[in-house]
Amino acid sequence: MSKPSILPLELDNVTYAVSGKPLVRDVSVSLAKDTRTIILGPNGAGKSLLLRLCHGLIAPSAGKIRWQGKSDQNPAHHQAMVFQRPVMLRRSAAANIAYVLALHRIPKAERKDLIDEALALAGLSDLANRPARVLSAGEQQKLALARAWVTKPQVLFLDEPTASIDPAATYAVENTIETIHAHGTKIIMTTHDLGQARRLADEVLFFHQGRMIEQTPARTFFGQPKSALGQAFLRGELLWQEDGDAN
Amino acid sequence: MLDFTSAISKATGLVISLDPDLVEIVLLSLKVSLSAVFLATLVGLPLGAAVALYRFPGRTGLIILLNAFMGLPPVVVGLIVYLLLSRAGPFGVFGLLFTPTAMIIAQTILIIPIIAALTRQTIEDLWEEYAEQLRSFGASATRALPTLLWEARFSLLTAILAGFGRASAEVGAVMIVGGNIDHVTRVMTTAIALEVSKGDLALALALGLILILLSLSINAAVYLIRDTAHRNHLS
Repeated sequence: MSKPSILPLELDNVTYAVSGKPLVRDVSVSLAKDTRTIILGPNGAGKSLLLRLCHGLIAPSAGKIRWQGKSDQNPAHHQAMVFQRPVMLRRSAAANIAYVLALHRIPKAERKDLIDEALALAGLSDLANRPARVLSAGEQQKLALARAWVTKPQVLFLDEPTASIDPAATYAVENTIETIHAHGTKIIMTTHDLGQARRLADEVLFFHQGRMIEQTPARTFFGQPKSALGQAFLRGELLWQEDGDAN
Repeated sequence: MLDFTSAISKATGLVISLDPDLVEIVLLSLKVSLSAVFLATLVGLPLGAAVALYRFPGRTGLIILLNAFMGLPPVVVGLIVYLLLSRAGPFGVFGLLFTPTAMIIAQTILIIPIIAALTRQTIEDLWEEYAEQLRSFGASATRALPTLLWEARFSLLTAILAGFGRASAEVGAVMIVGGNIDHVTRVMTTAIALEVSKGDLALALALGLILILLSLSINAAVYLIRDTAHRNHLS
């Protein structure tokens, strides 16, 4: 029997400001389980900040973030995040994964099988004993995915996970993300790569200048976005207006 | 010039023949300084890491104090430890004054700020890189502390090395609390000072040579360890 879900995740008028300047403004959204949610928008749209707010790395200046699922367990224990440039601990690939298991107090006897499973998922079984910092950027990103997934999180936040790697590695990382999603993990991912959003998204949150412009099923967004800014973004226009038309 | 050449020649002879007095002094010096480094490392590493990771009232003052105490005058430390351990002092009942233990205590106090201050800087720099990732894993500052110490282990060798350098080279503190008693508390630096005042340059030079060789050997070993770690992407 599967564990009760911590989802949906609900944001209620969430604002995040630095020195009085709002970088994320009045975001209200509900994110359901199962779907792959892609947060799309140009640089500076507030995508990464939104992920950090949801993951609890930073606190909102105003508004509420609530995990509204039926699970009575701490939501922080059921989510993980992969950063654009993940920090690899100065130890082997396998030991990087073991570290997370130790933090989650997984008994030592169970760790080896979980590590092997996670490395296999990312296609890194042959590199288990290699120092993590020797791995290529693409391999490090796959290891970061394996490390994040090893505790079987219900939600996985991905902050532009392929922004620093080449197309071949991007393909491998996207496949790993698909596999993780197939195992039942909710994916919430930022990207400014339209092609990647088309390949991976079930729904799109389109952001511009800290505001959520629209939340739309992917097929609808890529067919006919609701907002003028979304249409302009899909046409490849540069979005620099101080205040865009949100509708 | 003749005196100097003769002294060098005699000193070399003493070292090669493993003169018993010389060996005794060298071994006691190593025992005192390495014990002090060991104890100061036990205190200094977690202290420096804690100051780097935690925010608390008076933190800035503590950082300034640690940095300033890196240059703590050995004679002042010696004097304070002397007062604490003397018969009339609060710890006089233990009868530790003029023993190697008193010298270890004085050197430990002397080098804790060095190791703690250098550790604080190293861990603070590392924390900037690791903070978000470790917090994402669910690691609190308390769990992050041993992780960061382990991640920085090869860089921290330099902090420990600086502590050893200070301990092995200082003369003021061990002279005051040890008393430079022959066969009891005489170490290389105090013996050098004594022999120079007596005009026996040969023994002083021999001890000086050994002190420099020891320092070179330990520094070379640490360099090799760090270099190997760096080549294996572990530092």
